[in-house]
Amino acid sequence: MQSEGPLTIPSRVNPLQQYGPAVLVFVLVMAAWELLVFALNVQVYLLPAPHIIAQTLLEQASSLFDKGLYTFREAFVGYSIGCTLGLLVAVAASRWAAVADALVPYAVATNAVPIIAMAPLAIVWFGIDEGSKIAIVSVITFFPMLLSTFKGLTTCAPASFELMRSYASSPFEIYFKLRFPNALPYVFNALKINSTLALIGAVVGEFFGGPAFRALGVFIKSENAIAHNVQAWAAIVVACAFGVAFYGVVMLCEKWVMPWHVSQRER
Amino acid sequence: MASQGSVRVSAAMPSASALGRVQRIRRRYLGAFVVALGILLIWQTLRFTLNLPAYKLPDPLSIIAEFTNTRPTGELVALSLLYDLLVTWSEAVLGFALGASAGFVMAIAFTQSRVLERGLLPYVIMSQTIPILAIAPMVVVGVGQMGAPTLLSKAIIAAYLTFFPVTINALRGLKSVESDALDLMRSYAASGRDTYVKLRIPNAMPYLFTALKLSATASVIGAIVAELPVGSNEGIGSALINGAQYNTFQPAYLWATIITAAALGLLFYGVIALIEKRVVTWRVGE
Amino acid sequence: MKAEDKPQSGAVRTGLNGESDSSMNAMDSIIEIQNVSKYFGVANDGVTALKNVSLSIQPGEFVSLIGPSGCGKSTLLRIIGDLLPPNDGKVTIKGKSPSEARQDRDYGIVFQSPVLYDWRSVRKNVELPLEIMRVSKAERERRALQMLQLVGLNDFVNRYPWQLSGGMQQRVSIARALSFNPSILLMDEPFGALDELTRDRMNIELMNIWSQTNTTIVFVTHSIAEAVFLSTRVVVMTPRPGKIEKIIEIDLPRPRDFETRQQRRYFELVTLVRESLRESL
Repeated sequence: MQSEGPLTIPSRVNPLQQYGPAVLVFVLVMAAWELLVFALNVQVYLLPAPHIIAQTLLEQASSLFDKGLYTFREAFVGYSIGCTLGLLVAVAASRWAAVADALVPYAVATNAVPIIAMAPLAIVWFGIDEGSKIAIVSVITFFPMLLSTFKGLTTCAPASFELMRSYASSPFEIYFKLRFPNALPYVFNALKINSTLALIGAVVGEFFGGPAFRALGVFIKSENAIAHNVQAWAAIVVACAFGVAFYGVVMLCEKWVMPWHVSQRER
Repeated sequence: MASQGSVRVSAAMPSASALGRVQRIRRRYLGAFVVALGILLIWQTLRFTLNLPAYKLPDPLSIIAEFTNTRPTGELVALSLLYDLLVTWSEAVLGFALGASAGFVMAIAFTQSRVLERGLLPYVIMSQTIPILAIAPMVVVGVGQMGAPTLLSKAIIAAYLTFFPVTINALRGLKSVESDALDLMRSYAASGRDTYVKLRIPNAMPYLFTALKLSATASVIGAIVAELPVGSNEGIGSALINGAQYNTFQPAYLWATIITAAALGLLFYGVIALIEKRVVTWRVGE
Repeated sequence: MKAEDKPQSGAVRTGLNGESDSSMNAMDSIIEIQNVSKYFGVANDGVTALKNVSLSIQPGEFVSLIGPSGCGKSTLLRIIGDLLPPNDGKVTIKGKSPSEARQDRDYGIVFQSPVLYDWRSVRKNVELPLEIMRVSKAERERRALQMLQLVGLNDFVNRYPWQLSGGMQQRVSIARALSFNPSILLMDEPFGALDELTRDRMNIELMNIWSQTNTTIVFVTHSIAEAVFLSTRVVVMTPRPGKIEKIIEIDLPRPRDFETRQQRRYFELVTLVRESLRESL
């Protein structure tokens, strides 16, 4: 992309130029954090220094990992349910206009609603353990998947519909040869967005209540409440690690399923 | 300016083309109405057949009536929830304004400096993949203890949820300028400032508003989550915690709070969508 | 200025390569190109877009650059307009460097796509260069309306680009290029995306605009018919490496109109251009 005007001739960037600044920023931020905590003598319960967080992370690695896994499992099960349902409803809505007319306006509106506010209700219905988090994550991930897939299924170029028509193809064939492939990038887009939303839903859902010594969100909130911030920060690092890993796996799947798509070519 | 080269085709091609515009709009309202009616029907059937207690599924009418009840403190529910809504909204709006301005400035800085972009953009993108909201209790309590006003400590959560999408979308909009359009500005010997004011920034507006609409909802979520930590006593977040605690005694209150949260989300989104309509009056051409 | 007053394709014009008597013309030419070369890509396996191209253009001329893809005609146009730097050689515009000429706002540019700003009305699009040149509001409006009158769009001043057809959009783009009265108009296949009928009509309009203004036009095109119809001279270019093959004087009488296209001389000239293009392949 032209960012500096047309006179610049695109030159090959070496890896040092490409990644150097990002690595430098990381090192600088960490150093500044360390230094600031040391220089200003910031209390550990306000903001612990990075090396203390790292130390706690290593000491409590296995118990933190177990909590992370527990919360991730809630997120993943809810994600699977929400995405599957969203996908199915999107297919139905693309097939029957009446379904689309009835549901899409609600879906658009719901997307603007803070669904997480329903978390306490989910606890009332599905119990304080996994059930309520799975339910809330399902609802949170359902709508983006529905809307994105629906868009993908219905925004094919008109000419490609006419082409399929000229082959006298059945509606079934139109789905498998045109609409599904066309929707694939949209589906993956929703899968990626939802991977983050699912973990947020699970962790924040646990802020409303959950099994005390097993879940990451409960742990963060309760350690924070008793000023054990080092433990809470370590738990956040674990949550982020799970988030990046989840996103990364979905991205790898995307590369594997649709190597032909433009988004893969750019990089 | 980049057109997708594909047009929206109505859901089920053959039948939709036969319907007129008016008919189609009428059918859409009818569909939405039928769905609403269906939900109420299922609701009532569930209540009676499963004989659900009120704390699990209250009577829809009792939820509406709840707004006219009084809280244990003697306050009218409608008024106390309106107050909570305003508290949460002011946190969300303050954070939204801070986050959006910072994001926009950051995006402009990225277009000015390659080094800055390479240094910071990876983190902006990565922040989209992590459950950053988990940090909320830490920030709220920490910033509060440093002596910042409560409003600000909660607005910070809303601000960082707004910051990242705005940065990314504004950057995309500022950069997705046709090379011919830049050549045109160059041929006029236009200043860098003119190139931004007359070309890059207007070009970024549709992209920016896509992010702002997403962020409107996100900042409400951020404000609500920021109200969850122990010690908060106003705002929708703490009302939700309260409602959950007293659910057995006052089951409709939790529902009323959830409805208030939903209304706030829709309201803020709607306001931004309205502003978008006033600002982005043009259609992106081919 | 009427068409007849224009400097006609006179006797003192450059020869086959435009090199022989370029020094003689250097004094009064508005655009002087001397031994310009341009390479793209890395030193050894790059592309030579232009190799030792020389050309001089007199004030008020209408010069078309024609040739197959890759002959460097657009590159040459961009070098004239200071949108690309040459690797070698020298370009002089009114005795100045192209960069100085650009700072002096000597160029109006029209691209193949109209490059209108979606968020500006037709009138506001035409006013864009005037805003950048800090022209007063009243004067901007006066100039914009005058130019839109010239291109026959006075009924569309308050429309938005998406409400116009391709031909109308391109006319707005021409009005915008002319709005600040540049001495040189650079046009890069401006009618390439239009259908044949619209293109013919736009040719006549451009012809009229050119005869009403003092502008020197450099016009890049793929169309032989268009080049012959419009130009005082047609520069035939060949690729690999891009260079000037031949310069053909177009001695058709003016004013030219639809009937010009039926004259025998017109067909002869079209054939001449076509043959020089074919020879080069």
